[in-house]
Amino acid sequence: MRTVVGLLDCEVACGQEALETPVGACFAADLMSDVLAFSSSDALLITGLTSVQSVHTAHVADCVGILFVSGKHPSPEALQLARDVSIPLLTTTHSMFEACGILSRNGLVGSARS
Amino acid sequence: MNPDEPTTPRDEPLEPRTIEGEVLYKETFRIVGNDFEHGGEAAARVKAILKQLGFPTDAIRRLSIANFEAEMNVIMYADEAEMEFAVLPDAVRVTFADRGPGIPDIEWAMQEGNSTATPEMRARGFGAGLGLPNIKRNSDEFSISSAVKVGTTIRYVVYANSGSGGAR
Repeated sequence: MRTVVGLLDCEVACGQEALETPVGACFAADLMSDVLAFSSSDALLITGLTSVQSVHTAHVADCVGILFVSGKHPSPEALQLARDVSIPLLTTTHSMFEACGILSRNGLVGSARS
Repeated sequence: MNPDEPTTPRDEPLEPRTIEGEVLYKETFRIVGNDFEHGGEAAARVKAILKQLGFPTDAIRRLSIANFEAEMNVIMYADEAEMEFAVLPDAVRVTFADRGPGIPDIEWAMQEGNSTATPEMRARGFGAGLGLPNIKRNSDEFSISSAVKVGTTIRYVVYANSGSGGAR
């Protein structure tokens, strides 16, 4: 995850201590229903949805962290929950499209449930 | 039941099997309609319990996804619900019994993409018509019954051994 932080000039909103966690794959969506239905575990969730439900979604789907795009920051409730359940939250000013493109160019793959 | 006979979706469970077994642990949660602020807390609590009990990771993930979907369904569509979570020797059984508008056509509601969600629900990241099918996909046993203007009850079981097939 530390590599992602470097590639996208991320701020780390919480979970600094978990940045060595490997990112198995990436799943990008603003629709949490899609994450719950189609992502695999150990994915980095890339989203613009900053509500507490994004953290609940990442938690139940066993995501390794959340990357908020387009300069969006997690809500206070989302931040608190992420601390409680130990999910790192990253933010970047890159758009969803740019962030996915950069990560893909650097070897990260999409997450797809088998 | 003869599988060739047409079913009455409103009354008949989709998978009429029922797992039997001694209940080792049980807990009940009350879910309140429109309470988006607390949506997901019951699923998180159950996940923590199953981790403590040493339930297999894949089974915890499948059950947690089903629980969160069901919890959000109550918050989006029902007035309130009771969620009962029961740990059996080799499985977990969850029952959501809600008081609400009910589902007029269960067969329609079980198809991916069919939804009566409002734009507000979609803005919150839900309401894509994937919830009920995803609960079924993540369960090894699944049943649903509903009465219009009364409520909906869904019941599902996830086996500890995730390779055991089931409702998917």
